[in-house]
Amino acid sequence: MPTLTGRAWKYGHNVNTDVLFPGKYTYTARGREEIARHALEDLDPRFVQEVQPGDVIVAGRNFGCGSSREQAATCLVYNGVSAVIAESFGRIFYRNAINNGLLAIPCPPAAQAIQPGETVTVDLEHHLIRCAAGEFPFPPLSDTLRGIVEAGGLVAYIRGKVRSNE
Amino acid sequence: MTTISSSPPQTFAQKAIARAGGLDRVEVGQIVDVRPDVVLSHDNTAAIRRIWQQFGQARVAIPERIAITLDHAAPPPTARHARNHAEIRAFVREQGIRHFFEVGRGICHQVLSEEALVLPGQMILGADSHTTHFGWLGAFGAGIGRSEVAALWATGELWLRVPESMRIVLEGELPPGVTAKDFALRIIGDLGADGGLYRSVEFSGSGIAAMGLESRMVLPNMMAEFGVKNAYVPPDEKTYGYLAKRLATRYAIGDREMDRSERDGPSTPRSLLADLKALALFPDPDATYVATHVYRAQELEPYIACPHSVDNVVPLSAVAGTRVDQAFLGTCTNGRLEDIAAAVEVIRGRRVAPGTRFLVIPASSQVLQAGLERGYIQALVEAGAVIGVPGCGPCMGNHMGIPAPGEVTISSANRNFRGRMGTADAAIYLANPAVVAASAVAGRIVDPREVVEG
Ligand code: SF4
Repeated sequence: MPTLTGRAWKYGHNVNTDVLFPGKYTYTARGREEIARHALEDLDPRFVQEVQPGDVIVAGRNFGCGSSREQAATCLVYNGVSAVIAESFGRIFYRNAINNGLLAIPCPPAAQAIQPGETVTVDLEHHLIRCAAGEFPFPPLSDTLRGIVEAGGLVAYIRGKVRSNE
Repeated sequence: MTTISSSPPQTFAQKAIARAGGLDRVEVGQIVDVRPDVVLSHDNTAAIRRIWQQFGQARVAIPERIAITLDHAAPPPTARHARNHAEIRAFVREQGIRHFFEVGRGICHQVLSEEALVLPGQMILGADSHTTHFGWLGAFGAGIGRSEVAALWATGELWLRVPESMRIVLEGELPPGVTAKDFALRIIGDLGADGGLYRSVEFSGSGIAAMGLESRMVLPNMMAEFGVKNAYVPPDEKTYGYLAKRLATRYAIGDREMDRSERDGPSTPRSLLADLKALALFPDPDATYVATHVYRAQELEPYIACPHSVDNVVPLSAVAGTRVDQAFLGTCTNGRLEDIAAAVEVIRGRRVAPGTRFLVIPASSQVLQAGLERGYIQALVEAGAVIGVPGCGPCMGNHMGIPAPGEVTISSANRNFRGRMGTADAAIYLANPAVVAASAVAGRIVDPREVVEG
């Protein structure tokens, strides 16, 4: 697995799905562009204007708490975000992220140490996050989750399964 | 003779996941492929269908396990929303899905409860974070994402990790004016929005046993704001009675599609009760818990969650006097008959304050009908309240009561995140139904006793 490098966008605790992707768009927004446009709309309007492919979101506890809406994860993917590093994740967001190939990495020391705007490297082979404050190890994914990520997300993973059952 | 148990005691979550996974027992941390009894989706069904179509299947795997409601933006506020509903109806027709509930029937969690589509000990996974709701009847309910529902339609199966469990005990009965909502807010306020993160919460104690079913429903529902995977209330005679009555109605109208309930002849209520008891799962007495929190009911009071986070909880008195532009009574948390009754008790013979709107949206058509029969709806309309179509209403900012920038809403809902009701620059306070109604009358946040006695 490769190494990801990007700039850090840093936010606080309990970043919820309503500020990641407002509920009022959830039944009508379709397609990558429209979904990408509303990312973090009520949290940080600068984000969609300035985000670069590969950028990393860094946050405190319980990132993505709230709704089950999957666009809270896909709106980040469609903006090119490569990973979210947080102290902890809301459980449905965590599943949605993995299921869409977005790395959600629980790593409290790194989440606390990383400063806004600095360059962060995620080494997926050695399970290490590198930033100005140093190197921080994070736990590897379980086999099931690695299978999903390596397949390129849940849909591709299940497609493989559906086919092998036929 | 003493028997030595060879298997260590298990929590509810262990037992429910083992059953849904077809295993004898499971351990905390184990990843299990489960086959849920019910798979829930709502207005998001069209988007799920588009994901599912990528699997190239002509038919979903288990149509009788799929339940779909149109509730989140219903009736549709725009042509785009209407097209979304039309796509869902087309899917329902093409796949022959029988558990489909149209616009106006009500909110998914309330409707599936009323229809007795989920039974004790069963598992429901839903593309809705408040699927935790079904813990009120002793079921395992958890929210999942859209891709995961699509995967369940395709295969009937999904992985779950067996969570650690945590116990919350309520000793004694809640005093008058203090509700299950206040208890839930107190828990979240004390332990934080991530206080139950990833855990299974088991409620118990004399205070839970004494609670009516509609109050019990509030607890697992609100636990979604506590970060839990699922929450559980042990079922008892009240639970079985509620479900048996509704199951009997369904069998009488010829719905024979309930899983595990294919029968040779019409069931009597008595045999239904026995079946329900046999399905129920209870934690073993010595099961392992990562934490136990004990609350004494007599020490609780009305609480309120302040903007913009559900764990920003203070006693009601701390924010009394705050101006209110809109009061909203409804949602899957507090839009049932007992909630409407509590509001009517406060508002009967009084008027909504000038300059304040009071919006009441029953959680389901059955709640609306019962409210009409009892004269509650009449009393609310006379007091100046506006009655909405059963469904989610403005809870998540789609329509029917979106606040203007700078406005303050007091709501009986479960979430007060910034922008939740559709306007980023608007404040949402969460409280119990009587407090919402009293604040509508006073035009400011107020203790209901002040309105009733004053
Ligand atoms: S009432 Fe609100 S919380 Fe409940 S299902 Fe509807 S949108 Fe979700």
